[in-house]
Amino acid sequence: MNTILSVKNLKKYFPIKREGKFFGVKHDVLKAVDDVSFDIYEGETLGLVGESGCGKTTLGRTIMRLYDPTGGKIIFKGDDITELDQKQLHPYRKDMHMIFQDPYASLNPRMTVSEIIMESMINDTALSASQRKEKVLELLDLVGLNSDHATRFPHEFSGGQRQRVGIARSLAANPKFIVCDEPISALDVSIQAQVVNLLKDLQKRLGLTYLFIAHDLSMVQYISDRVGVMYLGRMVELASSEELYKSPLHPYTTALMSAVPVPDPDKERQKRRIIVEGEVPSPINPPSGCAFNTRCPRATDKCRGVAPSFTEVTPNHFVACHLFDNEKKEEKIQ
Amino acid sequence: MNNILEVKELSTSFFTKFGEIKAVDKISFTLEEGEVIAIVGESGSGKSVASMSIMGLVDTGGKIVNGQILFNGKDVVGLKEKEMEKIRGSEISMIFQDPMTCLNPVFTIGSQMEESLKLHFKEMTKAQRHEKIINMLDMVGIANPEQRAKQYPHELSGGMRQRVMIAMSLLCNPKLLIADEPTTALDVTIQAQIIDLMRNIKEEFNTAIILITHDLGVVASIADKVMVMYCGEVVESAEVRKLYYESKHPYTWGLLKALPRLDMKDNELQPIPGSTPDLLLEHEGCNFFERCEYAMECCRKAKPPVFEAGEAHKVKCWRYHPDFKEDI
Repeated sequence: MNTILSVKNLKKYFPIKREGKFFGVKHDVLKAVDDVSFDIYEGETLGLVGESGCGKTTLGRTIMRLYDPTGGKIIFKGDDITELDQKQLHPYRKDMHMIFQDPYASLNPRMTVSEIIMESMINDTALSASQRKEKVLELLDLVGLNSDHATRFPHEFSGGQRQRVGIARSLAANPKFIVCDEPISALDVSIQAQVVNLLKDLQKRLGLTYLFIAHDLSMVQYISDRVGVMYLGRMVELASSEELYKSPLHPYTTALMSAVPVPDPDKERQKRRIIVEGEVPSPINPPSGCAFNTRCPRATDKCRGVAPSFTEVTPNHFVACHLFDNEKKEEKIQ
Repeated sequence: MNNILEVKELSTSFFTKFGEIKAVDKISFTLEEGEVIAIVGESGSGKSVASMSIMGLVDTGGKIVNGQILFNGKDVVGLKEKEMEKIRGSEISMIFQDPMTCLNPVFTIGSQMEESLKLHFKEMTKAQRHEKIINMLDMVGIANPEQRAKQYPHELSGGMRQRVMIAMSLLCNPKLLIADEPTTALDVTIQAQIIDLMRNIKEEFNTAIILITHDLGVVASIADKVMVMYCGEVVESAEVRKLYYESKHPYTWGLLKALPRLDMKDNELQPIPGSTPDLLLEHEGCNFFERCEYAMECCRKAKPPVFEAGEAHKVKCWRYHPDFKEDI
């Protein structure tokens, strides 16, 4: 499998100014994304889950270079795009696109649907005006809307339809790679399934690669080939979605899995739920050592002192947890 | 067991310049002490309006046009605002979706909680009130309740705020608690904590709970009875196990099939086609007609009445007419 995107030790810190106790300004750093590495293969869907504030959206935006990374490398199709300025990024912009969470806020209310979609094609000078129009209609058809919709404005559509327009827009430049940032969170259950199935279908037909960001574990598990779990800016576990469900290793993943309510009353009432105590600590002053140690039922002194490294415990199953240090060592000896 | 709440043919409409919108259309249910009933539905299905009607808090422009709400045997529809105020907050209380917008940002948690005690228990002394507040905060699982009571809402996290809201709603020992999407704004691990807390409340205080949600997983974990709402109507109501394992209405089937499930592999998602119809347009037939794969000719022409599809299992669908035969 070819790697389409490779992220190496990516960091994104935000400076925070606060008033000092007496005088002056105190400078703090919010570590939104801290030392995250992974690869995305061509044609796959990599899911990214985590609770609010864990940095999954920042990670997606940093990969798109909407934010400038603080450290690390982003390698897209073999080229390092970390240091490129916005102009140099132009040729890459065509290949990577984004679908946003809020279909109400991400469409310009003063533009018609065809104008919204056509805007993505502005840079494609090879297309004539009539070809563009034709392409808009093609795209609308592709996402399950019809040609009547082209002249309408966003407010005339329902949430699910708007998200379809957002998807059509992101497909207009024939991208290879799409970051889907919570594309279904704002939609109703019955509409969510429509949009997810559409995304799956488009992937098959156009050979797209997705980075699918969501907080809904069951939806991520459904759409993704591999899933990464994030906690406080770090990736704590990465495995194929089947493996992650069958044998989650990190205590956080286990807790997250058991916290998701299943629509089955008998199972739900028999299930022994692992309830993690407390809340996610602030990313401004994250706990030392492993970030999860304040809530982890199996935390030891080592967890409080030393941050675990993100390593491959079994083939293609990465985890950052001291509980699996021994297994890692054994493997090295072998 | 006593019926604490009995809703009979309740209809609430909103009158807009474009016409009447039947947000809640003739819903009926009963709720016993210590029972949890879940109202499930998508946005715009009328589940929140139904709960607001019970609280007597329907927005301006809206009106209860039909039906009775018997709380402890007494009809609360059309009660004067003064009388309703006595019930609201003390006997029926409510938790909302977004705890941040429900708490006043300029008062401390403690003083906001004290307010309802001052109103409903006039004979309490200040020390008694304080003690009660601290006990309640402790009960809902807030560490250092003494300190927390002195803090402002912005100093607490989302899950903590929702706990405060729950503590506040329980202060006057209500007999009925209405929880409107109490966990929607929270993360899953916090959601699990809050669901757990609500289960304890139900057992400890024998409080009846109306849970309004769109999450069928949450419903499965806590509810005793479920009502599925669609376009203002209750299309199916049953005991929780029956609703999941022997559901009857095509809309309920659709909802269950549209959910991805962690406990099952490779369940293909089957979305419900189309979207909810415009409630302004009056149509003769079943509201779900256009999206239903089992729709028949009669579904277009006439609204289905309520059919009994088993013990305490009601369905609004022509398929359960005694003369209906499955076409093969």
